[in-house]
Amino acid sequence: MSDVKILPDLYYTATHEWIKVENQKITIGITDFAQKELSDIVFLEFHVTEGNPVKKGDSICTVEAVKTAEDIFSPLEGKIMKINTDLPDNPSLLNKEPYESGWIAIIEASQDFSPAYLLSAEDYKMVVLESAH
Amino acid sequence: MQETELKTTPFYSEHVKAGAKIVPFAGYKMPIQYPDGIVSESLNVRTTAGLFDVSHMGEIEIKGRECLDSLNFLVTNDVSKLSVNGVLYTAMCYENGGIVDDLLVYRLEDHFLLVVNASNIDKDFEWIMEKLKGFDIEISNRSDETAQLALQGPVSEKIMKKVLDADYDSLGFYQSFSANIDKTPVLISRTGYTGEDGFEIYSPADKSDFLWQKILGAGEKYSICPVGLAARDVLRLEMCYCLYGNDISAQTTPLEAGLGWVVKLDKPDFIGREALLTQKQNGFERRLVHFVLDGKNLSRKGFPLVSEGEQIGEVTSGAFSPILGKSVGMGYVKTGFHKINTRIGVEIRSKICDASVTKPPFYKNATHK
Repeated sequence: MSDVKILPDLYYTATHEWIKVENQKITIGITDFAQKELSDIVFLEFHVTEGNPVKKGDSICTVEAVKTAEDIFSPLEGKIMKINTDLPDNPSLLNKEPYESGWIAIIEASQDFSPAYLLSAEDYKMVVLESAH
Repeated sequence: MQETELKTTPFYSEHVKAGAKIVPFAGYKMPIQYPDGIVSESLNVRTTAGLFDVSHMGEIEIKGRECLDSLNFLVTNDVSKLSVNGVLYTAMCYENGGIVDDLLVYRLEDHFLLVVNASNIDKDFEWIMEKLKGFDIEISNRSDETAQLALQGPVSEKIMKKVLDADYDSLGFYQSFSANIDKTPVLISRTGYTGEDGFEIYSPADKSDFLWQKILGAGEKYSICPVGLAARDVLRLEMCYCLYGNDISAQTTPLEAGLGWVVKLDKPDFIGREALLTQKQNGFERRLVHFVLDGKNLSRKGFPLVSEGEQIGEVTSGAFSPILGKSVGMGYVKTGFHKINTRIGVEIRSKICDASVTKPPFYKNATHK
């Protein structure tokens, strides 16, 4: 799985989401590994709107590929600042640029947010290796 | 199932080399998709050609004095109408009309070959042995020693001509012939599960590994590509072909599934005839329908089908059709909701998505239907 892109300055979850932390501003998306596993993504539906409060584990959106569907969950508690409104019309951005134009949502973290429970790029590399057996 | 128990086909190492994603399927390690992905693979089959490894499919041979009569008792379609080298699609049913399997019957010079679904091989073989034990026939399970490839797509014939040792005349749809490829004996039929023109090639498993590269090489200038099981499922759904375990099963009859055309109630007695005759006379409560969603939400197996707040049935297959750019599906609904253009709803994660019942197939421009 050497061709899976994992960016060093992001945090990750074991369910293949990436998290970019800029103080309280948290951007989330799915990883390159996730988009490769899902294959062609053809549909995305948001379950939240901008301004919504979210709890950790709330479903942000459902991503559907030709054969499978996955929910993307909020990795933290906070408020939805922005959702990527390009995605419902152009879900293939998730395949093409999962870390760039395929970002999913920006969440304003609650005061006490600490990324300590998230995976580092190194830790996530191990998760990918195991998932790819 | 334990990884160690999984079988591999003669082409397994080719799939790994090509970077396929391999999954356990019906006891085999099978390629579900290649790096180009499901959309690209399925479109390639519609526009040029694709090669599928379907060696997991089962082959059961029936030989002997009473092979025709026994087979005609076993299946719902009329095998006596089949000429030598002809191929017939049929169902075989339980006494109650539920479907044991759907299959292809090949009539060869002195025997018949049944091609059955991979996940049903053992069940089918036991069923056939049990139900036909009074007949003067010999039944053999040839599944492990038989490899199968499917070459599908509008340019398939050109590629087939290049790989065969001898000159190739012409082969009618649902006809078969014996041939050689690099001196290896193969059985070839003009059949498939995609709706496109194409061939299915049966060969001895222990002498087949070269066939994969041979066919891909011959198809290179037509941009042939390997195609995995996921795209195969999308292609068959675009044509509204039933998949055993999804759209048909022991719990459904061929009549409900719209397969009445393979049930010949006026031929001599066969297993399930009485139940199917009764069902035909009394009418049936549900039908398999084909629907297109208004939006791009995807329906999945098991999702409820609804009308005016009430559940009227259930989705049995659903996918996004790359060539149509639409979300399509199949499922059973109460009779009455099955008519073309009926508006129904699919409940997708507690949201009702509108859909229309449409006339099959979804994709109307396939080169063979």
